[in-house]
Amino acid sequence: MMLTAQLSRRGFLQGGLGALTLAITAKGLITTVWAAESATQKYGADSMPGGTVDDPLVFVSIAADGTVTIVAHRAEMGTGVRTSLPMVVADEMEARWDRVKVIQAQADEVRYGNQNVDGSRSVRHFLMPMRRVGAAARQMLEAAAAARWSVPLAEVKAVQHEVLHQASGRRLAYGELAADAARQPVPTGDGLKLKDRSEFRYIGKDQVRLVDLEAIGKGQASYGMDMRLPGMVYAVVARPPVVGGKLRRFDSARALTVPGVLKVVEIPPMQGAPAFQPLGGVAVVARNTWAARQGRDALDIEWDDGPNGSYDSVAYHQALESAARKPGKAIRNQGDVAQVWAKAPEAGRLAAEYYVPHLAHASMEPPVATVQIKGGNAEVWTSIQNPVAARDAVAARLKLDPAKVKVNVLLLGGGFGRKSKPDFVDEAAIVAQAMPEGTPVKLVWTREDDIHHDYLHTVSVERLEAVLDTSGQVQSWLHRSAAPTIASLFSEGAKGQQMFESAMSAINMPYRIPHVRVETAEVEAHARIGWFRSVANIPHAFAAQCFIAELAERAGKDPKDFALDLIGPARRIDPGTLADTWNYSESPERYPYDTGRLRGVIEAACKGAEWGRTLPKGHGLGLAFCYSFMSYTATVVEVAVDEKGEVRIVAVDMAMDCGPQINPERIRAQMEGGAVMGLSLALTSEITFEKGRVKQSNFHDYEVLRHNASPRVIRTHLVNDDHTLPPGGVGEPPVPPVAPALCNAIFAATGKRIRNLPVRRVA
Amino acid sequence: MTQIQINGQAKNVDVPGETPLLWTLRDELGMTGTKFGCGMALCGACTVHMDGAPIRSCVTPLSAVAGHHITTIEGMEADAVGQAVQQAWIEQNVAQCGYCQAGQIMTAVSLLKAAPQPTDQDIEDAMSGNICRCGTYPRIRAAIQQAAKRLAQGGKQ
Repeated sequence: MMLTAQLSRRGFLQGGLGALTLAITAKGLITTVWAAESATQKYGADSMPGGTVDDPLVFVSIAADGTVTIVAHRAEMGTGVRTSLPMVVADEMEARWDRVKVIQAQADEVRYGNQNVDGSRSVRHFLMPMRRVGAAARQMLEAAAAARWSVPLAEVKAVQHEVLHQASGRRLAYGELAADAARQPVPTGDGLKLKDRSEFRYIGKDQVRLVDLEAIGKGQASYGMDMRLPGMVYAVVARPPVVGGKLRRFDSARALTVPGVLKVVEIPPMQGAPAFQPLGGVAVVARNTWAARQGRDALDIEWDDGPNGSYDSVAYHQALESAARKPGKAIRNQGDVAQVWAKAPEAGRLAAEYYVPHLAHASMEPPVATVQIKGGNAEVWTSIQNPVAARDAVAARLKLDPAKVKVNVLLLGGGFGRKSKPDFVDEAAIVAQAMPEGTPVKLVWTREDDIHHDYLHTVSVERLEAVLDTSGQVQSWLHRSAAPTIASLFSEGAKGQQMFESAMSAINMPYRIPHVRVETAEVEAHARIGWFRSVANIPHAFAAQCFIAELAERAGKDPKDFALDLIGPARRIDPGTLADTWNYSESPERYPYDTGRLRGVIEAACKGAEWGRTLPKGHGLGLAFCYSFMSYTATVVEVAVDEKGEVRIVAVDMAMDCGPQINPERIRAQMEGGAVMGLSLALTSEITFEKGRVKQSNFHDYEVLRHNASPRVIRTHLVNDDHTLPPGGVGEPPVPPVAPALCNAIFAATGKRIRNLPVRRVA
Repeated sequence: MTQIQINGQAKNVDVPGETPLLWTLRDELGMTGTKFGCGMALCGACTVHMDGAPIRSCVTPLSAVAGHHITTIEGMEADAVGQAVQQAWIEQNVAQCGYCQAGQIMTAVSLLKAAPQPTDQDIEDAMSGNICRCGTYPRIRAAIQQAAKRLAQGGKQ
């Protein structure tokens, strides 16, 4: 007997609400920003499409044999959320983990609440709803047992898959109670009894391994790339090499002679702002991926490059520099930075510019989607961070009611923000529509497709100017950021970063400086600008954290002491007073900027690295820290730089305070992985354009860190496991402090300042 | 029609001889444990063994494997070293997204067969052709060391 009748049942309301969701998801982050500025703002999960759902009948079912099935409603891309959230439910409901089966939800935010896995929100928004789900299920089982025995509810207790009646020694297994429990009223409000922290069995205990761990090691885990259906065909797409480009003409005759090629399908060009649209081009359909790829190579295509055909990274870098050297739009202004600068002696002035190039996500599994259209319905199997966006894109493409589109979420072979955009799912729908009804089409991106056509991390020049007085105190701080905005994805011609970008480590700097001005410059986007793990925190924190170390040096102070002095004493700052009206869409009361917690991670990372110790020649320690996605991180990197300028990472110490630690072992995994990804972007990764085209194509020229360059030692320090705090994000916060910590370490080792990424080697 | 030996079994496939082994395994034979990552022998996600030696199946044409024994991740459970490595991978909680791990395991198994007690340098030399974008390198190193220790003790402990 199941607690839920049909896990896959879809409410009839969904069609109407789906249209609303489409309007929201098509605008993505932008809507969040507009909403954040309205007077009736909802915060956190309430501000997201679908909000939260905490109905145990939706998430939990119990079979007669006692198997507890828990729905993971958010996609797994490597953070462990498919394990951690069901684990929270199991803990609260006193289910034995070895009797739990996790199943993956289809796209349906009306039923499950928000499913968009980005913004480091999964645990932040769903810890408490999942605790309530589990607690309610536990209480319903207890109520069913008490009724069966005709004893007061207070005399029974759920313990590890059984309900016990202590006085009589009677016990009933969960499987025996399932049918009755499903008929009990769902406890809510004050009637819902969450566990005390001391009663947790799994939360914070590292007792639970990833649900897919064994299957992964055996090659049995199922990723989007692994989807197979009878009669399936495979497609690859030749896309315009320049964003906004179009087909001028093409000839498919030779492609159609390639053995295994079945059909050639034109993909319509992008219209207006890119959003989540396919780029257009020509798809080749074949009996396997290789044949499709050979067919694509045999296409004869002429492209019209369109207005972005002259995009060139060298020229654009210069354009960003000149934009960063002119006054921009002031978004935070206190005191009079200009006057302080004008009056300061040359020796008290410091100005520096920092460059971070475009970055590609390069998840190990490139984008891939399978679509089958049959009898007025469409079914999708894909690895996607935002399943409802995929559903709505396919529904719009096929002119179907969203209720007629099922989206099955398979494991993601990495995501990092790329796979929250469903353009590749839309492409698969276009091709499936061109095939005989019912033909399943798997549309595969090659690595070259992925590198050439990513939604790239922005490219930026950050200019900082500060004035130090004679005692080494910072009197003024100007941060001017010149970078194409993610808003250009949704609004054609949008220039200048939006609040949600500035509020990632630029506008919200909390330092004790009397004169502060933060500006954004207006620059045009010529590529698809997307969000990449930790987003605008990467360039903003890189610049600000390197600059603080430069100021410390000018002031003749230890970088750590200088930073702590700049931060000042522990206090909880209303982000509004920093002109931050976004605050990651979280309530400023629940999530103030807590400088005490920032100090805490700095101390922990420095302690781990033994900051201040004497180092071998050629070695250096560098510190950087960042507040992002409601979590605090600090990193100390130890480098060794040899006489040829080759950089070796000796060790990384990373400290994090994300508040309550639900799955500490997975938090540490994210920190280790964040350290490696941060070092990748710091040391080697760079996407550049020439004639509007991405110059890199695969891992030989878009280099990411490999084993031999990865630090042998990564120490993680988790602090402040405080369940009275609201949870912070974990997936993204480890990345931003890594690159500046590395460059500060290189300075300590060599006396050379690196202001442009990637470092490659020290000249 | 080409016959190939995979995990001790003969399989017939009807695709041109230049088709890479990777796509033959995945699309024609439905053996999806071997992953596509780059198509240019740059990332190691597609690593399989040919007569015991690691090869990149994405650049190995079908014509080159006829007459040889291919072992894939699906065959590791029948391999003592493979089992030890898979077990160590679990105990060290190596995987994050997990997509590259089949290839990592295949390379690690051939490393341990060639160098049962690998040094840090051995591990870096052998494993640097396998990219993990999630950054699980420290745990991969720990898992290889653990598997080596376990195997040296004759699988006990």
